[in-house]
Amino acid sequence: MKMRYLIPLVIFAALVGLFAVGLRLDPRAVPSPLIDKPAPAFALPQLHSPETTLGRADLMQNKVSLFNVWASWCVACRQEHPFLMQLSRGGEVPIYGLNYKDERADALAWLQRHGNPYRASAFDYEGRVGIDWGVYGVPETFVVDAQGTIRYKHIGPLTPQVWRDTIQPIVHQLQGKTS
Amino acid sequence: MLPELGHYALILALCLAVVQGIVPLAGAARGVDNWMALARPVAWGQFLLLLLSFAILSYAFVSNDFSVAYAARNSNSLLPAIYRFSAVWGGHEGSLLLWALLLAGWGAAVGLFSRRLPQVMVARVLGVMGLVSIGFLSFLIFTSNPFERLWPIPADGRDLNPLLQDPGLVMHPPMLYMGYVGFSVAFAFAIAALLGGRLDATWARWSRPWTTVAWVFMTVGIALGSWWAYYELGWGGWWFWDPVENASFMPWLMGTALIHSLAVAEKRSAFKNWTVLLAIFTFSLSLLGTFLVRSGVLTSVHAFASDPRRGVFILLLLAVVVGASLLIYAWRAPQVKSTGHFALVSRETMLLGNNVFLVVATASILLGTLYPLVLDALNMGKISVGPPYFNSVFVPLMVPLAFMIGVGPLTRWKEDHVGRLQHVLRATLAASIAVGALLPWLLFRSWAPMAMLGSVLVVWIAATTLLDLRNLTRHSPSLWQGMRRQSRSFYGMVAAHLGVAVTVAGVTLSSHYSLEHDIRLAPGETFVMGEHSFVFDGISNHRGPNYDASRATLRVLKDEREVTVLHTEKRSYTVTGMPMTEAGIDWGLTRDLYVALGEPLGDGAWAVRLYYKPFVRWIWLGAMLMALGGILAASDRRYRLARKAAQEGTGVATGSVAS
Repeated sequence: MKMRYLIPLVIFAALVGLFAVGLRLDPRAVPSPLIDKPAPAFALPQLHSPETTLGRADLMQNKVSLFNVWASWCVACRQEHPFLMQLSRGGEVPIYGLNYKDERADALAWLQRHGNPYRASAFDYEGRVGIDWGVYGVPETFVVDAQGTIRYKHIGPLTPQVWRDTIQPIVHQLQGKTS
Repeated sequence: MLPELGHYALILALCLAVVQGIVPLAGAARGVDNWMALARPVAWGQFLLLLLSFAILSYAFVSNDFSVAYAARNSNSLLPAIYRFSAVWGGHEGSLLLWALLLAGWGAAVGLFSRRLPQVMVARVLGVMGLVSIGFLSFLIFTSNPFERLWPIPADGRDLNPLLQDPGLVMHPPMLYMGYVGFSVAFAFAIAALLGGRLDATWARWSRPWTTVAWVFMTVGIALGSWWAYYELGWGGWWFWDPVENASFMPWLMGTALIHSLAVAEKRSAFKNWTVLLAIFTFSLSLLGTFLVRSGVLTSVHAFASDPRRGVFILLLLAVVVGASLLIYAWRAPQVKSTGHFALVSRETMLLGNNVFLVVATASILLGTLYPLVLDALNMGKISVGPPYFNSVFVPLMVPLAFMIGVGPLTRWKEDHVGRLQHVLRATLAASIAVGALLPWLLFRSWAPMAMLGSVLVVWIAATTLLDLRNLTRHSPSLWQGMRRQSRSFYGMVAAHLGVAVTVAGVTLSSHYSLEHDIRLAPGETFVMGEHSFVFDGISNHRGPNYDASRATLRVLKDEREVTVLHTEKRSYTVTGMPMTEAGIDWGLTRDLYVALGEPLGDGAWAVRLYYKPFVRWIWLGAMLMALGGILAASDRRYRLARKAAQEGTGVATGSVAS
């Protein structure tokens, strides 16, 4: 058996090893040490009006809110977008956006085109705030309670099903507590 | 009762698969005729049992039997009947059953159309397919039983994902799976040839039509999927480099390489080991696609609900099938001698170039698809690799390939000379550059360099293909007689290569010259885009079988004359609550007009997206031409002659045909 004929097998074995590790990781897992911790403070220029800032305090305002990380370059964001629009029209919970590592013009055009479900979006050009919040991939959605504590984090697009089964109950429970 | 019968048929099919995977292979190894002869009837039996099982599952869907958990999850009594049927493969379990059914179907077809093959070859091929079948049927039965019952029985089902309620999606998965699974035949032939130590031109000739047919299905499947994404997602895009799209594109690219390398193996007895390796890779990538889609290791729009148990199972399956075949390769391939020698400038070299580019393209897509997983596994964070990477890697690889499509068929086998090629091609090259570079200006009054490059390649492929045809018919008394003298497989190549040109034209022109506007329109308002004006006539509400919709009507005018009336809808599906956009499209050979309804903006005004997409249809038209080319090639006379000879009884049972 000549060695070079074994090369494909060796490469394949390495791939299988990779997949075996990959299987134990959940791409949507929530390894966030921030759950039930106060949300990291931040102050960023708003996307629509750069002279005003959006910060942690704006998020709280004695209400439960969703903090949605999005970007115009992110395909999955487009997928969840119609549902966010529907959610914001319902007015059940205010949604704030973190526009992550994006160009301002692109982001504005994107909202113009698809509609703007956000009360306001913070413009995180360098992604610093994203790092503080432990953002892995876009989109992500945080549930922040009235005291400014992160209660839940969802990775990946928000679907009606995820909302109904997971996030809505949490939001309702939190809203019940404060009112 | 019926679902239990379906489950039972599934288990029986597994038993037959075990027989099919062991007995004929053992018979081939020890030379026992009776054992080998078992392969065909067992393959047919397996197919019939799976057909029964599939029919029963379909019946559960069509008759709204929500005691079957899988039907309750993926269907609803309000769902139109055709979608109740296509919902059978709308989820993980049912689509896997379809996979297994089609695999058995290919096996049955091999049994039917292989009368001329030596029995030992048939036994090995069907044996290998039986082994693959064992893997998939146990995966189905042990981790994803589609016949599981639900108690208490729900009053109604949770409905099929609205994205999948579409005519395009009725046909897309079966076509794609026919392709994925069809490559198992090429794979089985390769393993059988390795096991038998008979890697010769006959082996290549036998596996060529099968490979081509599988490739045709895959081409159609991918084109359908892309077409569906175009009109259903409402984004006007047709390819997103999503992991699941890549999972089907990689075996297609590899299969394309395989088709070309099989030609060399058949005609020149060269590249034999390489061809076998390609056959293994192609099927491995099909399996890999299944793994990626169903294990949940990657996030994707298409991914099925993941279950870690399933992931482990299918990874094991992948490891065993691919690992074993690569081991057999490492053990057997060193003994194979390639006999065909060829010079540096020759058709063989050109086809080798084709293979290199296609394999490198596949590898870069694989890298981009797996890279997020690698980083995640190394704990370096989670990222997603998007279209910018794929486009900037894939497009530069396709440019030289497109150039070679022009040169390859005009190059002589074995040995050719640069001088002769230059002489033959010089005028065509100059003409292609001139015409191609002018084309964007003539059509769109633009000098975009990439669009010019694209259309030069389009003209080049078309011109050289026609030149080839002319050269071959030159010595005949008339063009018609000369054309009749060419084989079907030659016309297959012509059609497929022209198809590439058509697709490249569609991609180039639609990506460079599309117009796109997002606007706010109130009833009665008009928006002018290019030559067309769009008049918004307002919104009406209507009710579908399982959704409520707001339907917008837009009249399109050109030079004061009405061109068409477009309807676009925003639907809300009652059961899942999912909002969906139905785009309104006026299609044409040279342009599509495309409108998609956005959000209501108050005061009766709506956000509306308008697209003008020139030549976008050509993308899929080209794919259809490629598929047609595949059909022509696979139905070539020499394969049919082979079958006729078999029917006349030469060497059917003796297995000694060596031709």
